[in-house]
Amino acid sequence: MIKDEEKPLIRQDDRSRSGGMQHHLAAHAREIPPSGIRRFFDLVSASKDKDIITLGVGEPDFVTPWRVRDAAVYSLEKGKTQYTPNAGMPELREAIGQYLSNQFHLTYDPAKEMIVTVGGSEGIDLALRALIEPGDEILVPEPCYISYSPITTLSGGVAVGIETFAEDQFKLTAESLKAAITPKSKVLVLCYPSNPTGAIMTYEEMLPIAKIVEENDLIVISDEIYAELTFKGNHSSFASLPGMKDRTILVSGFSKAFAMTGWRMGYACGHPDLISAMLKIHQYTIMCAPTMGQVAALEALTKGGLEEKDRMMESYNQRRRLVVQGFREMGLECHEPQGAFYAFPSVKSTGMTSEQFAERLLLEAKVAAVPGHVFGKGGEGFLRCCYATSVSQLTEALERIDSFLRSLE
Amino acid sequence: MNEFKLSILDLLKEDARLSAATIATMLGAEEADVSSAIAEMERDHVIVKYATVINWSKVDDEKVTALIEVECTPERGRGFENIAERIYLYPEVKSVYLMSGAYDLLVEIEGKNLKEVASFVSNKLSTIESVIATKSFFILKKYKQDGIIFEEFEDDHRLLVSP
Ligand SMILES: Cc1ncc(COP(=O)(O)O)c(C=O)c1O
Repeated sequence: MIKDEEKPLIRQDDRSRSGGMQHHLAAHAREIPPSGIRRFFDLVSASKDKDIITLGVGEPDFVTPWRVRDAAVYSLEKGKTQYTPNAGMPELREAIGQYLSNQFHLTYDPAKEMIVTVGGSEGIDLALRALIEPGDEILVPEPCYISYSPITTLSGGVAVGIETFAEDQFKLTAESLKAAITPKSKVLVLCYPSNPTGAIMTYEEMLPIAKIVEENDLIVISDEIYAELTFKGNHSSFASLPGMKDRTILVSGFSKAFAMTGWRMGYACGHPDLISAMLKIHQYTIMCAPTMGQVAALEALTKGGLEEKDRMMESYNQRRRLVVQGFREMGLECHEPQGAFYAFPSVKSTGMTSEQFAERLLLEAKVAAVPGHVFGKGGEGFLRCCYATSVSQLTEALERIDSFLRSLE
Repeated sequence: MNEFKLSILDLLKEDARLSAATIATMLGAEEADVSSAIAEMERDHVIVKYATVINWSKVDDEKVTALIEVECTPERGRGFENIAERIYLYPEVKSVYLMSGAYDLLVEIEGKNLKEVASFVSNKLSTIESVIATKSFFILKKYKQDGIIFEEFEDDHRLLVSP
């Protein structure tokens, strides 16, 4: 039904509608495939079934804490509707600096080493665009967030996936990193806690990675947007490793920990030379992140958001235990996610591909979950299930998956 | 109250139907410990009752709720205890609070219709000896009760699938 995943849809149109506008498109725009998540979304939307329980989202089920929303509303009432400085409101950058220091023992100069972006998404884009030259290789441990490789392509680089395995809890190993490095390798993208696997990497586990990064003169883009959602121990930032601060562009944001996806607020921190290059691109393309979003982000970091953040985090943790146990009880292997809000059970025992499984689960059991192969190498055979949804919905979803599995026997 | 019990209460407050087994999984605890903590809290009347929050305005069989401010004379030695008891024993009375400020007791009354509530106030409440004055306020619409918003406010507005 949706087997043309690998073939870019645009190409198909090209053939069927001669005289269309496709030939005007740049090759890189034509050739990046549409997101697998998007395709699955279309499939779910097309079914128009009100009864579907979705585990397919990648965002909190909480609305932004009220005080944060209120701060933004109040700022609008006061008429704060102008541009801010390109790098973001100085008081917001101060607050981010203070926050990073309190939470993760990182010290960044808000004036030179920081930029407020339109979501973590823009931070990733800026970092890659500032670093990549045609042909550069960008190392991406997979399965991972779906955007890294297409943005790399758009910037003229070549994404090189490094497969990670459930046996290693989907952590990047020094051996596989070393094996993937070539003279063209320039950037390593890290994302821990990970979307979609929920894997984390501890300080000790990252040390050998840092050594290889140093030896091979790599730059690391460390996407730590799920840092606050770490359930086992405390999150260690890659930038906090010895010698790594100057080699790391830390990308983070407010979407996940503060339940602010729609606000589009993020930030990037790093060496002044790297940040000022990113700032140039940002200034010519975006000017500055939205002002009301910046006001809201400031409130989130200072007064209104921190306590709520801890409360939401505890609630995710409770639901995480429920879901992981649920999958294991129904006989699906499920490594223990230690961060973010995704469980990544294996459906290999059913003999189906993850796409077949996800599609049948949707149609027969009315549960939507994202097939793992869309997240790159090593994702095939797994299912991404976001547990940021109510306990009653989760319980119902688990029951449905369980009876679906039993119907296969 | 220890943290473990507080976490259990937090979960039950949201959903009284959660089983001890589910709560135990969610808290990473043993089911037996959760069951015994719940039993203890029931015994100690920390957990008083498992009730259902109902939006009666959606049910045809509508009810009328009124809040009555009651001014009364306290009794020597027992203050407002006796009179509060006299009032709360009536089945029509849903809640009774002793208040600071312009009046003494706040009484919530539920009846089938306006007339029934009015007659309760004039025949039962006002005739209690120590009651000096009452003032009735009828509730026209409930927006939020016990922390729960009644409008379909809390729906999930997220896309079905997203990154
Ligand atoms: C790993 C990862 N990085 C970045 C983002 C983008 O987040 P933002 O809303 O800050 O752009 C997401 C969102 O799903 C994500 O999962």
